[in-house]
Amino acid sequence: MHKLQTRQIIKQRRLQDDAWKVVTLVDGEAPFDVCLPVGPLLVPLAVWKAKKACLIHREYEHGTPLGIWLAPEDNPAEIAADIDDFTVIAVHFPKAADGRGYSTARLLRQRYGYDGELRAFGDIGRDQIFYLNRVGFDSFLLGEGRSAEDALNAFDDFPDSYQAAADQVIPLFRRRAA
Amino acid sequence: MYRYDHYDHALVQARVDQFRDQTRRHLAGELSVDEFRPLRLQNGLYIQRHGPMLRIAVPYGLLSVAQLRKLADVTRRYDRGSGHFTTRQNLQLNWVELPRVPDILAELAQAELHAIQTSGNCIRNVTTDHFAGVAADEIADPRPWAEILRQWSSFHPEFAHLPRKFKIAISGATQDRAAIQVHDLGLQLLLDEAGEPGFRVYAGGGLGRTPLLGQVVREFLPWQHLLTYTEALLRVFNRFGRRDNAYKARLKILVKALGAAEFGRQVEDEWLHMKDGPATLTDAEVARVAAQFAAPDYENLADEDLCHLAHLREDKPFARWVERNVQAHKVAGYAAVTLSLKKPGAAPGDASSEQMEVAADLAARYSFGELRVSHEQNLILADVPKRELYTVWHRAKSAGLASPTVGLLQDLIACPGADFCGLASARSLNVAAAIQERFEDLDYQHDIGELELNISGCINSCGHHHLGGIGILGVDKNGEEWYQLTLGGRQGNTARIGEVIGRAFAAAEVTDAVERLIGVYLATRHGDEAFIDCVDRIGLDAFRSAAYDYPTQTERKTVNA
Ligand code: SF4
Repeated sequence: MHKLQTRQIIKQRRLQDDAWKVVTLVDGEAPFDVCLPVGPLLVPLAVWKAKKACLIHREYEHGTPLGIWLAPEDNPAEIAADIDDFTVIAVHFPKAADGRGYSTARLLRQRYGYDGELRAFGDIGRDQIFYLNRVGFDSFLLGEGRSAEDALNAFDDFPDSYQAAADQVIPLFRRRAA
Repeated sequence: MYRYDHYDHALVQARVDQFRDQTRRHLAGELSVDEFRPLRLQNGLYIQRHGPMLRIAVPYGLLSVAQLRKLADVTRRYDRGSGHFTTRQNLQLNWVELPRVPDILAELAQAELHAIQTSGNCIRNVTTDHFAGVAADEIADPRPWAEILRQWSSFHPEFAHLPRKFKIAISGATQDRAAIQVHDLGLQLLLDEAGEPGFRVYAGGGLGRTPLLGQVVREFLPWQHLLTYTEALLRVFNRFGRRDNAYKARLKILVKALGAAEFGRQVEDEWLHMKDGPATLTDAEVARVAAQFAAPDYENLADEDLCHLAHLREDKPFARWVERNVQAHKVAGYAAVTLSLKKPGAAPGDASSEQMEVAADLAARYSFGELRVSHEQNLILADVPKRELYTVWHRAKSAGLASPTVGLLQDLIACPGADFCGLASARSLNVAAAIQERFEDLDYQHDIGELELNISGCINSCGHHHLGGIGILGVDKNGEEWYQLTLGGRQGNTARIGEVIGRAFAAAEVTDAVERLIGVYLATRHGDEAFIDCVDRIGLDAFRSAAYDYPTQTERKTVNA
């Protein structure tokens, strides 16, 4: 098991330090065998399912907040019942071109009613922020070598949007008509 | 036609600014080639053989005079004085320079034009019937719905990184002229018993390596639900479409794998969560958009114009042009005119800046200031009074826009092929030119009659060769150009994928092979039976044996040796 380094993230349109560690399974490692370091963790869905009791115990005993990360193929319905337990839900973008995470975010926000921190991480940068923000992400850990400062400008790339999404559930045509 | 309000202007302008900044960062080395690629693609910019190619959207094929003049101006100042109209009603510029593309887009934006999402793995330009609004067989006008979909799909945040491109076509007539069954999403407008519009929904059509016709996934979708249902369908595709292999990533593969019924069920499940939500269309919005497609102020004309009839009697070439290039109109005294972009010596669909200007002038004077681009790569003046046809013909003729060959061999469809396209396996323009030259004689062409011939330079099938009565596909065999022939494809309501007739032909053999196929038809047709009907009646075998009934190249070589 290894941890990705924690860095500065963009959260609510500001740069912030971040303490969450991403836990990943090494090839062949069983979710149950993962040992959990101290501090707030984003665990893979498989680890959440295997060690849910243990993770919840950590929260009760030590006040360590709960976090999870979903891969592109993970079905957000699998955490729908626990959704209010999480302080952070992160969605991984292994490649910018893999857009499944955009649907994952809308489902988490608009179907399962998640209103905590929703974080995008992986191969994302300034040029993905506007759409990521629209589907419901409010925190961003950018890919290696991407300037987070520059990315702050991207939230205002467009002054409005035609279609409804998580950030604006009323489509333009209803506002236009009003 | 639809005119932008301040929202539309602001959004398109914001896109220009965004792309200007992305281009600047790319040229400054801050955005790598790989990072820049998807961004430029979603702005219509490919890197082709000769450099960048810019694909400008012509939303649902409709252009105002001001827009076409702007395109003429842009092709003259930023390109080499011509552009290429495609089978998806767009315009491609082959010689643009990357640093100037943001300026081109800024100029286009002034004329309410853009290149948004004309390529890349996103929702592409929505296409429709080029006779929308004027066809006698129209059930309902598809253009307002196409515009509503254009807006909904533009900058859609969830669907900008799909497994693959996603194409939508809408037909509002009983005859499908929009090829809806070969699109990822095909919408057929219908009216229910109360006269309310809705859509029959076809999903999973497409050409390419695995040509498949779309399957009906919903018999009737009431209009209010157009956007929520489409959103549900796209979400199922985005989540479950294959991403491991670009050739298996189109919606058609998912629909085929799940079966149309199961795919439809998954869409319905997803849809139930959004149905009747805020994205449900309103009467007010549909009325707002539809009002902009109101019929022009037609004059009250007699259906037949005496002068026109006299010209028809006296001027054979004119009569021939009318027979092929003038189509019936639902309003008495009017007709729709096809300005042909096909003639030997020019690539099918190519128009020079001057031709665009002439076409724009004709539209301004004789057709209420609007034109359409057809997916057969021609321009259409949809509302011409019959009494003006003779003048329009003369003026079109002097601009090289009046080949009287619509629907005939010379009207063949061809993609740009290896002369321009970086993905090509073989050239297609040389084959197009050779065929057009062989059949240049108009009497011969008119004798052969209606025949759709389509040429693609590779299996991506931009020339829709699968749908041609005769289809020609360029393939690469050890660095040589070869051509595979398909027979029996059809567009429209009875759309059908053509069948490969056998081994490929060398470039020099293709025209002969086509002529032999046509020879079989001429010898066996009944009365005025069309080529494709003759194929249906006698089957492929007679054609196949004729096509290969000659010494092959290798045999010839042996003989010569
Ligand atoms: S069919 Fe192939 S060669 Fe022709 S334009 Fe499309 S990708 Fe290029």
